[in-house]
Amino acid sequence: RADRPHGHGLSSSHNSSGGSTLLGYIGIDTIIEQMRKKTMKTGFDFNIMVVGHSGLGKSTLVNTLFKSHVSRKSAGWARDEKIPKTVEIKAVSHVIEEGGVKMKLTVVDTPGFGDQINNDNCWEPISKYINEQYEKFLKEEVNITRKKRIPDTRVHCCIYFISPTGHFLRQLDTEFMKRLSHSVNIIPVIAKADTMTLEERQEFKQRVRKELEVSGIEFYPQKEFDEDMEDKSDNDKIREAMPFAVVGSDKEYQVNGKRVLGRKTAWGIVEVENPNHCEFAQLRDFLIRSHLQDLKEVTHNIHYETYRAKRLNENGEYYNQ
Amino acid sequence: ILDRASINRMRVSVCVSLKQRNLEGYVGFANLPNQVYRKSVKRGFEFTLMVVGESGLGKSTLINSLFLTDLYSKDYPGPSQRIKKTVQVEQSKVLIKEGGVQLTLTIVDTPGFGDAVDNSNCWQPVINYIDSKCEDFLNAESRVNRRSMPDNRVHCCLYFIAPSGHGLKPLDIEFMKRLHDKVNVIPLIAKADTLTPEECQLFKKQIMKEIQEHKIKIYEFPDTEDDDDNKLIRKIKEKMPLAVVGSNVVIEVNGKKVRGRQYPWGVAEVENGEHCDFTVLRNMLIRTHMQDLKDVTNNVHYENYRSKKLAAVTCNGVDTSKTKGQLTKSPLAQMEEERREHVMKMKKMEAEMEQVFEMKVKEKKQKLKDSEAELERRHEQMKRNLEAQYKELEEKRRVFEEEKANWEAQQRILEQQKLDASKTMEKNKKKGKIF
Repeated sequence: RADRPHGHGLSSSHNSSGGSTLLGYIGIDTIIEQMRKKTMKTGFDFNIMVVGHSGLGKSTLVNTLFKSHVSRKSAGWARDEKIPKTVEIKAVSHVIEEGGVKMKLTVVDTPGFGDQINNDNCWEPISKYINEQYEKFLKEEVNITRKKRIPDTRVHCCIYFISPTGHFLRQLDTEFMKRLSHSVNIIPVIAKADTMTLEERQEFKQRVRKELEVSGIEFYPQKEFDEDMEDKSDNDKIREAMPFAVVGSDKEYQVNGKRVLGRKTAWGIVEVENPNHCEFAQLRDFLIRSHLQDLKEVTHNIHYETYRAKRLNENGEYYNQ
Repeated sequence: ILDRASINRMRVSVCVSLKQRNLEGYVGFANLPNQVYRKSVKRGFEFTLMVVGESGLGKSTLINSLFLTDLYSKDYPGPSQRIKKTVQVEQSKVLIKEGGVQLTLTIVDTPGFGDAVDNSNCWQPVINYIDSKCEDFLNAESRVNRRSMPDNRVHCCLYFIAPSGHGLKPLDIEFMKRLHDKVNVIPLIAKADTLTPEECQLFKKQIMKEIQEHKIKIYEFPDTEDDDDNKLIRKIKEKMPLAVVGSNVVIEVNGKKVRGRQYPWGVAEVENGEHCDFTVLRNMLIRTHMQDLKDVTNNVHYENYRSKKLAAVTCNGVDTSKTKGQLTKSPLAQMEEERREHVMKMKKMEAEMEQVFEMKVKEKKQKLKDSEAELERRHEQMKRNLEAQYKELEEKRRVFEEEKANWEAQQRILEQQKLDASKTMEKNKKKGKIF
């Protein structure tokens, strides 16, 4: 996890692991600095997929998360494109930069999911897409002459939008999550949270969590992949607060002299980044500021490996091809 | 198929043909509305309202807010605890009294609508329910004893649209297309506090555009003669579909107690016209147009159902659906049928008669011929008889003549003899032989 760098003044050895004490400053800890410089030069990719039926504010949320118009959004809500008859997969890539760090962000949208009258198997195109990305990566890996840096198009994180009915998860939600929680990291969020009052939100969250538990759906951060106690306690706190109830907006308003992102209604302004109003800030911190790298690692070490093992077992002659 | 426009035309034409007369004194029939009013109040009113929409759109809350009752109380097993995953149609009755007027309100709920993964035909139970109520009414109307005719037909269907902000979903369009000619459909935007005013405007426009595109006939407000009312009605029409928020929780805002929803950023008031269209809906549904909804149901939707149903019966000739004791005749089709039947019957009768006539004629002819022959025979026979007799007679005559001749000859001979004898006698006398 590339967060707080160690202070540079650590010369002597307070290592509790019982290793040998250092007699002078060597400079091993500068490796972190070297890694950071490297990363800044190469940049990194992050692929995020948003799933949910239309009108739940998926595009708005992605735009709000990355504070730029990275997601295709029907301009002015006047929908010129009709709801597609089958689920389409649309991937849009942008390169955004912050503090010298370049990130190639790919947003994969899934219009048409859950919009039809008969939604049987509407998760199949999505599942296929995810597996296709794994397949591409696998092929690259298995090549004799490999590229220096394999382009990573695998989906690192799938944000699933739950409709704020206030009552329960819909059948489609549980079906989708059950089938995909083993091939990709799923982060469920409650969309358009400004529909519900705070009490309603609490009740709904509890109900949703219980239902997810009962159905055996392991959403990210998965309990089984907690590495140590520190991780576990952090993640437990997050798991308790999930699914986050979020509100998205890309319009700014003036509130108490500050410019904030929000939604203006006749009875008040919903501030997107105000933790008393909604949990957007929590989601953003979790997703980007603390667990971004972890998402990538879990995708690479666990989901991708599962896929790879399955594929290689299926086709023992793969290497000879 | 009748629709509101044609009925309006009929209504207007009737009014035009009547001339208004002035009265010379006070007659008293101005009191008629009061009488009607008193009778209706005694009888009480019935109204059936159906709510359709996916779970979690606030249908039950809205009903509670509209009628200020706890029809769906906290103990009512809400969708959170519902086990069955198929569409049900549930009915709950409540008796509401206000100002001496009694209203029997029936709320028809459709839990499970649109909740499954595959929602094809989830509208079928709803359609079946509406049709069955119309059928009950039709049967009740056709009975001999019509004393109690409860009206359970669905007068109004509130369809809840999810506030996605984009437009209608395929399920919405499909459902409304199938139900717009069976019941009065009023689309509502549910949970309208999700949308900002601008989003709401755009959403409404989009929905109305799609409704017109798909030629869905939602309930239209009738034009009245009053100009003020018309202005109001036009305002309502602009706001369609109505964006509603429901709540029965009372919150204090600026010292006033209002019904609303408390958010950290403010209170969304239910009865505030600038926050949502709840008051518009309530006024329209209960205060001004309840009777019109019932009228349109009775005159348009029910009549459509009835004529379709009865036309189907007569076309087949065999009653395929369950109708018990129907004495009503259907319109023109039946008359046409009857006329044709009648004409055919006449023709058949004519043909038959002709046949019979011919037969009879032949018979008679035959008879006459026979008769003639018979007579001829007899005639012949008689002639022969006569001839025979004649011959006989001739024979007899001849014989008789012969006999006569014989007898005469004999007589002459006898006479001769006699003469001879007398002569001899005389001679004898003379001779004295006779002593």
